[in-house]
Amino acid sequence: MAEATTTPAKGLAEQTRPERTRGGIQFSPRVDIFETEDELLLYAEIPGVKPDNIDLHYENGELTLNARVTPRLPTQGFLLKEYEEGDFYRAFTISETIDASRISAQAKNGVLLVHLPKVEKVKPRQINVRAD
Amino acid sequence: MRMARWQPLATSWDPFQQLQSEMNRLFDRWTQPTERSNGGAVDPAVNVWESGEAAYLEAELPGVEFKDLEVYVTGGNQLTLKGQRKPLVPEKGVWHRQERPVGTFVRVLTLPFAVDADKVDAKLENGVLLVKLPKHEAAKPRKIAVKAE
Repeated sequence: MAEATTTPAKGLAEQTRPERTRGGIQFSPRVDIFETEDELLLYAEIPGVKPDNIDLHYENGELTLNARVTPRLPTQGFLLKEYEEGDFYRAFTISETIDASRISAQAKNGVLLVHLPKVEKVKPRQINVRAD
Repeated sequence: MRMARWQPLATSWDPFQQLQSEMNRLFDRWTQPTERSNGGAVDPAVNVWESGEAAYLEAELPGVEFKDLEVYVTGGNQLTLKGQRKPLVPEKGVWHRQERPVGTFVRVLTLPFAVDADKVDAKLENGVLLVKLPKHEAAKPRKIAVKAE
């Protein structure tokens, strides 16, 4: 599985793209993808990221999420260290059935919610049958 | 092979301990029949550090609301972190991918010193919980004056 995580908390992002200039560790955020009648909903866990530091980009059918963490952890004095902090990166291929012009997103409690509305023509429609 | 002693709250952190902790977590995931789903553990990973006259605990809890969290200190140095990760998705629909864990969790940690339970302070910001645990008066370092005769 391509998105398998390597640690229980969060997995390291795969290095399948140009190298970045910012140092530090990078994680692949855990996501939920859920489809309703009108849209696809994408929930991405990006704890510790301020909403201003989220960069969501759509280009050529690819949705890219880049979230920069503001360092919080000290460098010393640890009694227990179970996770590292780092930026989040993940890219998604968006099919043509999504209306890219209407993609919207909001962040709350460290979870980014992206609304991916379906194109009008792919929405299921009830066809009325008239009796003559 | 030299055996290392398991010290969950050792004062110095080293990579071997980190590895052991990771291995324990990994096996815990396989051996415990709980409601964990898709590789994500419900129990949050925590970082604990000491700075000045307090200890700090940090846990990443994205999507968890403050009202679904309980933090308390018992017996002077036992810290309990309890909570619930609730599903965020609407009722009607189809799952395409589910990586975020859902369920309740409890973690109990023993701190190396007594904590002033009345002054414990917790805040939740952007899905990160930070608990400040001030040391109890009796646990604070004291300067001992050395008198010359």
